[in-house]
Amino acid sequence: MTQISENRTPDAEPVEMLLNMGPQHPSTHGVFRMVLWVDGEKVVDVEPHIGYLHRGSEKLCEGEQYHQVITLFDRLDYLANFNNEQVYCRAVEKLMGLEVSERSEYIRVILCELNRIASHMLFLATMGLDAGAMTPSMICFRGRERIQALFESVSGARMMHNYFRIGGLKEDVPDDFVPQVRDLLKLIKEDTDESDRLLSFNEIFLARLKNIAAISAEDAIDFGLTGPCLRASGVDYDVRKAAPYSVYDRFDFDIPVGLDGDCWDRYYLRVQEIYQSVRIVEQALDQLPDGEVASSLGRRLIRPPAGEVYVRAENPRGEIGVYLISDGSDRPYRIKVRPPSFCNLSALKLMMKDCWIADAVVILGALDIVLGEVDR
Amino acid sequence: MFNCLKGMLVTLVSTMHGLRQPVTRQYPDSGNLLGHHPEPTPVKDRFMGFPALTWDEDVQEPFCTSCMVCIRQCPTQCMSSVMKDNPLHEEGKSSRRKIVDSFEINLNRCILCGICVEVCNFDAIVMTHEHEMSDFSRNAIRVDLPILLENGLKFQKETGWIPPTQRAKVQKGGDAAAETTAAGTET
Ligand code: SF4
Ligand code: SF4
Repeated sequence: MTQISENRTPDAEPVEMLLNMGPQHPSTHGVFRMVLWVDGEKVVDVEPHIGYLHRGSEKLCEGEQYHQVITLFDRLDYLANFNNEQVYCRAVEKLMGLEVSERSEYIRVILCELNRIASHMLFLATMGLDAGAMTPSMICFRGRERIQALFESVSGARMMHNYFRIGGLKEDVPDDFVPQVRDLLKLIKEDTDESDRLLSFNEIFLARLKNIAAISAEDAIDFGLTGPCLRASGVDYDVRKAAPYSVYDRFDFDIPVGLDGDCWDRYYLRVQEIYQSVRIVEQALDQLPDGEVASSLGRRLIRPPAGEVYVRAENPRGEIGVYLISDGSDRPYRIKVRPPSFCNLSALKLMMKDCWIADAVVILGALDIVLGEVDR
Repeated sequence: MFNCLKGMLVTLVSTMHGLRQPVTRQYPDSGNLLGHHPEPTPVKDRFMGFPALTWDEDVQEPFCTSCMVCIRQCPTQCMSSVMKDNPLHEEGKSSRRKIVDSFEINLNRCILCGICVEVCNFDAIVMTHEHEMSDFSRNAIRVDLPILLENGLKFQKETGWIPPTQRAKVQKGGDAAAETTAAGTET
């Protein structure tokens, strides 16, 4: 970082201009600041500044009891709350060697996959907006709203659910949950089809996204990209398949893989992932067993044995990892989160090398970062 | 050229789709030229709005005994309360020996997590459907006991609230338990 500032101060070289983008910029999807060195319309270099949304979540976790930490995990990646809750609960369960009932696992998977769909729909909406398409965003937001209404009827909150518990769920799903989800899936498919028809193969959209910021598989792996950004470069890696957790090994689904690793691949891969998630939810609904969902711990204070554990899972944005150290007390000694957005963001410099200013917006949009998770 | 026409056709189809009933609700701008008065989106049964305290109709006192369990378990430490001896207990009307004297929740800090409701052993606190309490001053929605009870009572009336422990008994024990529900006063 220092090297850049030394070489390229704004007035040292008259052809290069320093352009500040963010933190309050509609295309940065949160409070994220980029400093661009531009030569005319070309971006020469970029320096990302993060930390505007830093809340010290990891440190806060150390002061909370194990069941209270769930509320903090809700607020990391605020577009995929269920996925975050699940990975934390799994970490504590692994540490305690706790069994989770079949029904809880299935409901967790259903909710997580629906959350993945909701998150990807928001991505489709904002991707369209970044490239100048308005209509798909309306369609996708409507679809996402339906999913969140379902979440509200299950957990009582649209976003910050606090619904998963260590060893189970807070309460069983409402009686009409299964038919509701089935209806919802139909609508999701319709919405995705419609937005897909409008946007994906639109000439202008293709021109804006094709061959923009293509990165090779080697680079993607070197930069530690995960999730759709990695798979778009042609690497077939998904934690749900590579190291199946929960009950994911019982479902039949495919991992879509991109060819060129450019922005369009990153976009289209997520469209395909929506259909795969729909498939998973359909199978999970068919197999949904009866039984208890309450945690076997009841309301007892949670005191895992001293030790440490690392758990990973596939979030909508990539692989999330939780490293948890316990000293045997009722509060975690240390929690470290490996947030997918943060790691994906590291490739920004490579991606934005020699692109146009207008493409910078699209490149950042296709990375699909959530600043709540980047800054924690 | 062909692609261009195809694109237009797709857009036309979507425009036709778009002519259906709008899904957005004009709220809080109630009323428009047609005299149509839109309502806010109804909340779901399980919706978690701001917490409030419940009122025991049978004994005419709050359920809350100020036992501090919820206060200790709240992740944001936004509540406080003081306990007192229950005068109604001395008169023999109530089985609660202690009762809440004052209770304050700083709703600005509350994150609507529902943990307080889950840990309360006395069915004394509920997540109401109240969610429109914004105000201009910073401390305006620090609420104290009378407001909490008022909100709670409103919620109880609206939803026909039955204390969860009694509901569980009714489900388990059938008629026999239903009688105790009618008799009411347990803590
Ligand atoms: S609301 Fe319940 S847990 Fe909280 S102080 Fe009152 S009785 Fe105790
Ligand atoms: S809902 Fe959560 S944050 Fe709010 S008062 Fe209850 S425990 Fe505290």
